[in-house]
Amino acid sequence: MSSTLKIIRWVAFTLIAVLLLQIGFFAWHWYRRETSGSRFAQPVITTTGVPDVGGPFSLVNHRGERVTQDTFKGKPTVYFFGFTHCPEVCPTTLFEMTQHLKELGPDADRLNVVFVTVDPERDTPELLKTYMESFDPRIVALTGTPEEVTAAAKAFRVAYRKVPTEGGNYTMEHSASVIVTDAQGGFVSLIDYHEDKATALAKLKRAIRG
Amino acid sequence: MTKRSLFALLSTLAIGGMPAAMAQTPETYRAGAIVVEAPWSRATPGGAKVGSGYMRIMNTGSEPDRLVGGSTVVAERFEVHRSTVVEGVARMEPVIGGLEIGPGQTVELKPGALHAMLVNLRQGLNPGDTVKGMLIFEKAGVLKIEYRVGGIGAQTAPTAANTHQGH
Repeated sequence: MSSTLKIIRWVAFTLIAVLLLQIGFFAWHWYRRETSGSRFAQPVITTTGVPDVGGPFSLVNHRGERVTQDTFKGKPTVYFFGFTHCPEVCPTTLFEMTQHLKELGPDADRLNVVFVTVDPERDTPELLKTYMESFDPRIVALTGTPEEVTAAAKAFRVAYRKVPTEGGNYTMEHSASVIVTDAQGGFVSLIDYHEDKATALAKLKRAIRG
Repeated sequence: MTKRSLFALLSTLAIGGMPAAMAQTPETYRAGAIVVEAPWSRATPGGAKVGSGYMRIMNTGSEPDRLVGGSTVVAERFEVHRSTVVEGVARMEPVIGGLEIGPGQTVELKPGALHAMLVNLRQGLNPGDTVKGMLIFEKAGVLKIEYRVGGIGAQTAPTAANTHQGH
């Protein structure tokens, strides 16, 4: 008796949930269509001065060469931080960046894309070299000593932390945002992990145009 | 009996409500009251030591069950995690004490949320591969499954015809 009631209640709830989800889905699509291209697509942010994101660093690229902030001057540059023992967020970001570069066509050569590991203990230049073969060859991966990585992350206001997991392993928590700088290394914008591809691409195009 | 037909009715309704592209018949695996649908994984970048596993797990019974472990032929360990990106910070929380699937409940392991993490990969995963594995449930016991491998950034399970799908 009560079990039948429970089932009926459960069925009703599920049906309502399915219905609400569908309404939500359509409403969201409608909203997106209505507002795309309007002021919602590109919020206007007013700041006084330029945020202090980006700064001096010295690291090693996946080809084993020493690089600094000056290596990337002359072109707008996209920086993001991650690690290779990362099942989802980091490969997804690298994959999306690869797609953006493809979409940009020849303009992609007017941009640097830099992936900095927050896990220098495991991410050696050799491992990064193999890892980066799966992505656009223009993307540069950087590592260094733990101190060098700490200094670089600090310069970019990127937080990261080692978190122990089962079996004596560890994973990393890290800021997943993409930082865009201009050709002089000055901060331009952030691309949030959840931002859609079109918005991210628009930000890259804007950075390229200067 | 009633419960079973109600469940069937509900499943039909739920599938009817999905976009047509998702309504293709996925691979289904059963053990006791547990039904696992469309296990899949993503291709891994070169040298990667971790992979991911996604699937839908349904409990058609009247008792809660738990996914307490698993294995694959390609990795040393199998763990269940929840990934989150909150206020720009990417985190992974292990699911402690097994992943509960309540009676009548469907739990989905999918990108950006709950996922199985295949730790210490012995080999890279490529689009189009299939990976044999096992899931261990507290009550339903051991279930042998096969993951289909999609592209590196795939957001949904690959179909036989389309293993290079990006999103």
